[in-house]
Amino acid sequence: MTAATVQRARPSGFRISKRALPYLLSLPALLVCIGILIPFLTSVVYSFQRYRLSQPWARQFNWGDNYISFFTDPKFWNTLQVSLLYAGITVVLELLLGLAIAMLLQKRSTLNNFISIMLLMPLMTAPALAALMWKLMTNPGFGVLSYLASLIGLQDFRWASSPSTALLTVVLVDIWVYTPFIMILLLAGLRSLPTQPFEAAALDGVPRSFVFFRITLPMLTPYILTATLFRLLDSIQQFDIIYAMTQGGPGDTLTVFQVEAYLNFFQSTNVGRSAALMIILWAITYFLSNIFIKNWLRLRERARGQA
Amino acid sequence: MEHTSLLERVLRGIALTLVVIFFMFPIVWIFMMSFQTNETILRIPPQLVFEPTLANYTALITGKLETASGTLDIAFMRNLWNSVFLSVTSVAVALLLGVPAAYAFARHKFRGSEDIAFTLLSFRFAPALLVLLPLTLYFQKLGLANTYFGLIWVYQLICLPLILWIVRGYFEDIPADIEYAYRIGGHSWFATFRKIALPLAGPGIAAAGLLAFIFAWNNFVFALVLASADKQPVTVGALAFITSSGIQYGQISAAIVLSITPTLALALYAQRYLVEGLSLGAVKG
Repeated sequence: MTAATVQRARPSGFRISKRALPYLLSLPALLVCIGILIPFLTSVVYSFQRYRLSQPWARQFNWGDNYISFFTDPKFWNTLQVSLLYAGITVVLELLLGLAIAMLLQKRSTLNNFISIMLLMPLMTAPALAALMWKLMTNPGFGVLSYLASLIGLQDFRWASSPSTALLTVVLVDIWVYTPFIMILLLAGLRSLPTQPFEAAALDGVPRSFVFFRITLPMLTPYILTATLFRLLDSIQQFDIIYAMTQGGPGDTLTVFQVEAYLNFFQSTNVGRSAALMIILWAITYFLSNIFIKNWLRLRERARGQA
Repeated sequence: MEHTSLLERVLRGIALTLVVIFFMFPIVWIFMMSFQTNETILRIPPQLVFEPTLANYTALITGKLETASGTLDIAFMRNLWNSVFLSVTSVAVALLLGVPAAYAFARHKFRGSEDIAFTLLSFRFAPALLVLLPLTLYFQKLGLANTYFGLIWVYQLICLPLILWIVRGYFEDIPADIEYAYRIGGHSWFATFRKIALPLAGPGIAAAGLLAFIFAWNNFVFALVLASADKQPVTVGALAFITSSGIQYGQISAAIVLSITPTLALALYAQRYLVEGLSLGAVKG
């Protein structure tokens, strides 16, 4: 390295060795994060303990009991089912809707750009506040959506306060907030595709459906995968919207992983069960994020290559 | 593409209109509610035309709410200030810690560098409560519970990975030769970092900072778990608002409008960088 030899030739009192420099630069960031890794390990320990804040004297290791009891615990299966259902429904609907909107806005025009910027606004709204907004709009007394529902014959439609429609309501809020996320990633993807294949197809008079399924979709796949996994990872951990809207209710209709763990910790003060729930959720997200990171890296390399 | 029939254009127009209505309606509606009195809000069917009033905003800003049963104190301005303070400080700390680290990861392939970078990235995807619940117990022991210091530390979970990965990409885009040339001129690495790398990556760093601000501002769960009323930001404060008695719906709407305006304004300003930021640098907009 010429730079290194030049530097060595220069007299100077204080010098950091070249090998230590990168470590020194990243050290402060790492130290902050180690403080965050410790609670993670603590969670693992708690998850193997019988630990209730209300009975600190009875705290002891019960090894796998927290996990084993999940197998026969209908509340756990409910949590798993609602979490997967919520994540599945939101991601599929947001993907379809996001792709459709991205294709509507694909052509660069002033109007399209203006609309795509407007659509960012729900995404930039805090999810908890978005849930509040929808709560006001679905209030049975004065909510405008309750009124609109009554106009189309749904008298006394209870939205989030009825067990049969609570999931639908929070899914609707999630779609409102996060569809723009998928939309802008796919829009960026669509606009970065090479134009030649499309021109050739148009010249040959290839039908539109063929172009969409055989050219657009395959070329867009890395973007779709990245956007989908991003959303899946967030959606399976959704807390803000559900907690702000219904606090997991009515009953235990919407006790997804994080909401259930929160209620276990703060209401039933069952730290052990709460930690075990979080470890299971972490295992799911760890598995998903490994797939995600591979895709994300490939896309990132491509983006850097173009730069 | 140019031979679109009239029918198709009409259908596209209708579809786009529906999309715009669905995504814009809640914001417009809450905005309108924030200028109404409880009387007009409770009217059925909902009114599109009403006499706008600023009473909701004055009540929030003065912190005094006149109700039939007396004067009520609202701490909303306190929440708003907490949001500003927590977000600004968290981003400043994250920039201070994250930019040098991003530079190290971009320029030096040292042992374990990729592993460390990915560990940091994985924080973005780990369930927040996994860390937060044990942290509440630790914070109580350490005396960090309900302190700005503790909150800002935890906010690094959101801000650091974002800044690290976006800024790293910007540093990687700077050709290393420029820096070598400057160093051969006899300058130290620090001078190179300060005079060459930082200014060239400047716009990226600014964008990453704005995005980190938006994410910190919008965060809900950290403060819900770790802060009491006097340290809570708007996201948590507004929720407590809706359950407290005597509060009127117009005031809640006005509080929501005040809470979402900063992030919406910043997003419009930084929209060019949003795609890159939201995908943590994987997609260029």
